[in-house]
Amino acid sequence: MTGTTETYESTLLDAVENDPRLIVLTAENRAAIRGLPRKLGSRFLDTGITEQTMVGMAAGLALRGRIPVVHALATFLTMRAFEFIRTDVGIPGLPVKLVGAVPGVLSEANGPTHQALEDVALMRGIPSMRVFCPTDLGDLVTGLPAVLADPHPWYIRYCDRPVVTPHRPLQIGQAEVLEAGERDDVALVVSGALFREAWEAAGRLRQDGCAVRVINVRTVKPLDETAILDAARHVRLLVTVEDHFETGGLYSAVAEVLVRESVRARVLSINCRDRWFTPALLPDVLADAAFTPGAIAARVASALHKRVPVSAYA
Amino acid sequence: MSLLDVRELDGLAREVRRHAIRMAGGGGCFLGASLSCADLLVYLYRHFLRVDPRRLDDPARDYLLLSKGHDVPALYGTLAELGFIPRARLANHLSLADHLYWHPNRHIPGVEFHSGSLGHLLSVGMGIAYDIRITHGENRVVVLLGDGELNEGSIWEALLVAKAHGLWNLTLLVDRNGFQANERTEDLIPLEPLADKFAAFGCPVRTVDGHDFEEIHAAFEDLPFGGLAPSVIIARTIRGCGLPSIEARADRWFVRLAAAEVDALLGELDGVAPAELESEPLVVR
Repeated sequence: MTGTTETYESTLLDAVENDPRLIVLTAENRAAIRGLPRKLGSRFLDTGITEQTMVGMAAGLALRGRIPVVHALATFLTMRAFEFIRTDVGIPGLPVKLVGAVPGVLSEANGPTHQALEDVALMRGIPSMRVFCPTDLGDLVTGLPAVLADPHPWYIRYCDRPVVTPHRPLQIGQAEVLEAGERDDVALVVSGALFREAWEAAGRLRQDGCAVRVINVRTVKPLDETAILDAARHVRLLVTVEDHFETGGLYSAVAEVLVRESVRARVLSINCRDRWFTPALLPDVLADAAFTPGAIAARVASALHKRVPVSAYA
Repeated sequence: MSLLDVRELDGLAREVRRHAIRMAGGGGCFLGASLSCADLLVYLYRHFLRVDPRRLDDPARDYLLLSKGHDVPALYGTLAELGFIPRARLANHLSLADHLYWHPNRHIPGVEFHSGSLGHLLSVGMGIAYDIRITHGENRVVVLLGDGELNEGSIWEALLVAKAHGLWNLTLLVDRNGFQANERTEDLIPLEPLADKFAAFGCPVRTVDGHDFEEIHAAFEDLPFGGLAPSVIIARTIRGCGLPSIEARADRWFVRLAAAEVDALLGELDGVAPAELESEPLVVR
């Protein structure tokens, strides 16, 4: 069920040892895979601080039948190397797995150069690309095998925060719908690192008598449209929660589904809007950006009690 | 290389140039860049690359990656002359019903990877070369680069990595025709001393006349040039080689010719008479 003893490194090592096609690359980003060089030998390739070259090489390796798992900080991987990803991995749809480290709020005090807040938008916009946004270490290691086994290119928005809830093995395109009732007031639709805060916010709202379901989206692409539409039809308020700019991420993906299916819903979006956050350690970032459980619960409660449609920035 | 071989290559290259000239009619093509590398491609596919059109997925095959991409008419012509695709298929150039457009793609048998965005295929070729090396294969990887393409930083970044990982089974072949899209390379972003630049990156370099099959052959026979590094061959070429009315003209990069001009250039190629070109040169970059 839950990855409680596994780490990302042990899970990846296990996969590489069991599938000779897998090969690990990094643009000198070794924080999560420090033990792999001596264990993998020539199946570990560090290209130095060269995100473009690494992605190009991954494409070449994939042409030889390999499944490259490449690592770099999320901003540099998805933005500096964007055209290499789009052109060399995306156009041919090669099975390259792109692992973006310290995305979103996890960049903490690094500053805006390191704040990947548009990475999901960029990766989601590449036709063949799929996007996995794990909520915590358990979600990451539970989902990783399915992502590695899938023949598509993937962007993995790395998140190793402590486990919040047990996770089922990943079914690609299926969300985890948690604590759903017959007549819920609110659905918190969450992708990625803010799951812990959203989960605790849901608990607080329940104490106030509000029926809340929590949807861990897991794969923003392909999106579990059934879970989104079901929630939109049955709850009074849909809330999207993500550490991403408002444009192009989870909120956009949910909005696309609702518009396409002509389903009308009240939606509160909790995200970074169109601002980089103030750099600091994670607890301070969460407080400053109003991403704490208390702040999320308060915004949901406020929106729920308004009779008029909720504005994007309620 | 025997006189007979050189004559055969001359004949093949002439046919490839004919194909490229015909592709410059209708919707047009990058004719000048195609003619500068036509002899190199003909040599590679006829004499160097161990690649069988009947077994294109053979993991032991050699790899040619056309990084500058827009010179693809020369590749289409070479693949047609050597049995990778039917000659008749070239009549589909730019047709919706086929995949013979202005840049190469994997729908064409013999094309290993698509290109068009400059500065990509060196790193892609390095991934292929790395896999071959760790699986102890004997295949060779050749990446054909334009000289204008060397403006791209990704080339030099990749070269650092190629040297660091000792990819001696990789060869960079530079089509040094002296031009980029609109300008002479030395007038815009000077590359010289180019051989010294590659040498400074730790790569052994050889410079050849890119239209002299014996010189080309001598260099490729000597590969790899030595050391744990990619080899570099700088082929001095002439943009538009074979057509004096196109040769070394900065404004004849992308051309779209009237039918009569195509015929006139085919005549010029055969030494009948110089062609008079009246079609306006197109600026596409």
